[in-house]
Amino acid sequence: MENFTPISALLGGVLIGSGAAVLLWLNGRIAGISDIFSGVLILQSGETAWRALFLLGLVAGASLYVALNPAGYTPRTGFPVALLIAGGFFVGFGTRMGGGCTSGHGVCGIARLSIRSVIATVVFVLMGMLTVFVVRHLLGVSP
Amino acid sequence: MSKNVAALLAGLVFGFGLALSHMVEPTKVLDFLDVAGRWDPSLALVMAGALVVTFIAYRLIGRRPKPLLATHFLLPTKSELDRPLIVGAAIFGIGWGLAGYCPGPGIAALGLGTWEAPVLIVALAAGSLTYRWMFEARSRTRRDATAGQ
Repeated sequence: MENFTPISALLGGVLIGSGAAVLLWLNGRIAGISDIFSGVLILQSGETAWRALFLLGLVAGASLYVALNPAGYTPRTGFPVALLIAGGFFVGFGTRMGGGCTSGHGVCGIARLSIRSVIATVVFVLMGMLTVFVVRHLLGVSP
Repeated sequence: MSKNVAALLAGLVFGFGLALSHMVEPTKVLDFLDVAGRWDPSLALVMAGALVVTFIAYRLIGRRPKPLLATHFLLPTKSELDRPLIVGAAIFGIGWGLAGYCPGPGIAALGLGTWEAPVLIVALAAGSLTYRWMFEARSRTRRDATAGQ
């Protein structure tokens, strides 16, 4: 566990939760990013601007952190593009079918004590673990 | 403050947290999922930190009649455990384990200069729109057909 970073993980998590709390407190919305992202792909009047600005905030917030702390981000290199495309497609498809992702189900849904979100989170974490086991340990691809 | 400014602010804090917690680094995410290898439990603490805040905040916010800047709260109402929930979560998990990105970090990484982010976003949009094209258009037709009953 030499790569374990508990302090930044906890603090980052607190900020993620705070962003989600602000969105509910001010706008009455759940910070489900797959939902917000897919919502921005089809234009809906009155719903597009806030979604686009939330996503812009995500990009700007991460950039701001890296600008303040350049050593705090190491881009991955040499990752197979086919895995990236397949992974992205499955994430897009699966989060729409399952109605949420790590933020919508994992953070917001569990906080609301939604059984659907608890079950979804257990399923996607276990399937993620199984997939990594197959890719890294059975197929020997170690990105 | 307008709803749009509020959304930008919420996204800014959320995105800063994603970068601070290193969740924008897919290797970090894959290492969390790699329980049989170089397991890194950091992601579990990110979830824990986020949940402590949302759990308390949602309860405080839930006592208010309405949000500060909008007319009402818009919360999911569905409660049954159906097959799309399980199958969809499983497909998402497979994709997460393949690429190391879920939607939030994938989008946040767009400003970090990595070539992976734009590629991932296009694939993410393709997957999302494919689902909409395959299922939602059809179920909408079915709903419309039964709407008068």
